[in-house]
Amino acid sequence: MEATRTNELGLRRDEWLERMKLFGLGSPAILLILVILVIPVGWLFYVSFIGADGTFSLENYERMLERKSYARIFQTTFEVSFLTTGLCILIGYPLAYFIAGLPNRIANLCLITVLLPFWTSLLVRTYAWLVLLQKRGLVNEWAISLGLWDEPIKMVHNMTGTLIGMVHIMLPFLILPVYGAMKAIDRDLMKAASNLGASPRRAFWTVYFPLTLPGLFAGALMVFILCLGFFVTPAVLGGGKVIMVSMKIVSNIELFVNWGAASALGVVLLMATMVILWVASRFLNLEKMTGGGH
Amino acid sequence: MLRWFRNPATETQITHGQRLWLYLIAVITMILLVTPTLIVVPMSFSDSQYLEFPPQNWSTRWYKHYFGSSEWMLATRTSFKVAFLTMLVATPVGVLAAYGLHCSRIRFIRAAFVLMITPMMVPVVLVAIGAFYAYVQLQILYTVTGLVLAHTVLALPLVVIVTGSALKSYDMSQEDAARSLGAPRWKAFLTVTLPQIRFAVVTSALLSFLTSFDEVVVAMFVSGGDNPTLTRNMFNALRDQIDPTIASISTIMILVTTGMMVLAQIFGQKKEAARQND
Repeated sequence: MEATRTNELGLRRDEWLERMKLFGLGSPAILLILVILVIPVGWLFYVSFIGADGTFSLENYERMLERKSYARIFQTTFEVSFLTTGLCILIGYPLAYFIAGLPNRIANLCLITVLLPFWTSLLVRTYAWLVLLQKRGLVNEWAISLGLWDEPIKMVHNMTGTLIGMVHIMLPFLILPVYGAMKAIDRDLMKAASNLGASPRRAFWTVYFPLTLPGLFAGALMVFILCLGFFVTPAVLGGGKVIMVSMKIVSNIELFVNWGAASALGVVLLMATMVILWVASRFLNLEKMTGGGH
Repeated sequence: MLRWFRNPATETQITHGQRLWLYLIAVITMILLVTPTLIVVPMSFSDSQYLEFPPQNWSTRWYKHYFGSSEWMLATRTSFKVAFLTMLVATPVGVLAAYGLHCSRIRFIRAAFVLMITPMMVPVVLVAIGAFYAYVQLQILYTVTGLVLAHTVLALPLVVIVTGSALKSYDMSQEDAARSLGAPRWKAFLTVTLPQIRFAVVTSALLSFLTSFDEVVVAMFVSGGDNPTLTRNMFNALRDQIDPTIASISTIMILVTTGMMVLAQIFGQKKEAARQND
């Protein structure tokens, strides 16, 4: 009796040790993330509450509320993020729908057109748009020779250029999950709907579309979150006229060496991202529970 | 041809003719997705200061300028070195972590997984200035070590996700069988599990390489001095004016990426073939 109990305890201890050892395999990764990411970001959090005189203060946050320039930066950031996400849905959804309906072999070919830009460096793609959209660029040149407009239009170093570039960069992030959701739909459902007398439009909106919502939602969320913290494309294509939060953070450090202001902005940006992710994760789970998936 | 327009295209009997608008939008979108990047390639061979398409006079002067510039060459070497080292560090560290998380059914496993994914969720600007601050303290600012560490952190989530999902579809009892036959755990992993998830591991490695090679924002802050990366120099050049040299560098970067993609494809096809043989 006594012997089996000690044996059992020993076994349990061994199992626990084994689990810990296995878990230990992850320790280099965890250590790296802690040292390079978590601790420095924690320090930024701390710095954001330190005023110019080196004591605890909320002045970095107060400044954000007081100055109009900050309000405009936040407004621009959300505006760009919403517009980009919306445009990506409008452009990406039909393309995903089109590809999902093709036979596999052709669909794979079409998917390459989505994957190729996805893999290509973001800086290269931003540069390409800069070249194409500039005053003497290809788009203006062709549009004028085709008679679409008479004078070169300014399409870069402003909001238009930023949006064009960002939509181009974000599209794959939307198309891929939507395509995945569409591929998982049982096509017989549509047949059943039309057999039961639904018009094609009704069958699409009441059967097909709701089934793609989880994918659409995941993709749109991804695009929105990435847009919120985006730096390279607005910095190059916005030409100083489109100032997003991340750009202000960089200029606060590079130009003004103001760590307090930069950190406070960073904390707000991080919080916004986390809140959106948290809310979305509740919503997504709900989606699964209510059978929105399959 | 006319009959095709009247043929049903969907299960709900919509004909191709009625869906023509969809085909039009889709084709235009696909063209817009691919051409902007590809058009840089012929443009980089233009003789003109203002990138023309199609080029009036072909020349390789921008390539000569690139290969002749010691500054660009230094940046290129740094980028390749850092990307290669990031791949060498991130892949084993990430694969080990994914394996550990997968096998160990410890209580706080979910928290550990979320921690591994955080580098993907935190805005990259924050990672950059955080690393900048940390590197000043650790005195590894502007070093290859610092860059590799930061890029490894950015690549880890991808490795953990890709390898983790491969492990999920892998039958662990094969490893148990090897162990019950006397193989120690590490040997069972190396000889039984690893060969079967090798496609995911190779994909992870390629993704790590590209993550580092294409990364701009962190490199802007923690690379420089003797070790500037290609992307950092490109970004700085873009802020000033449109330098046609960038077109030639872009072409080379597109080549590197496409090469990686083809490699992944070849590996994928081998995997398919192996599966069919089994």
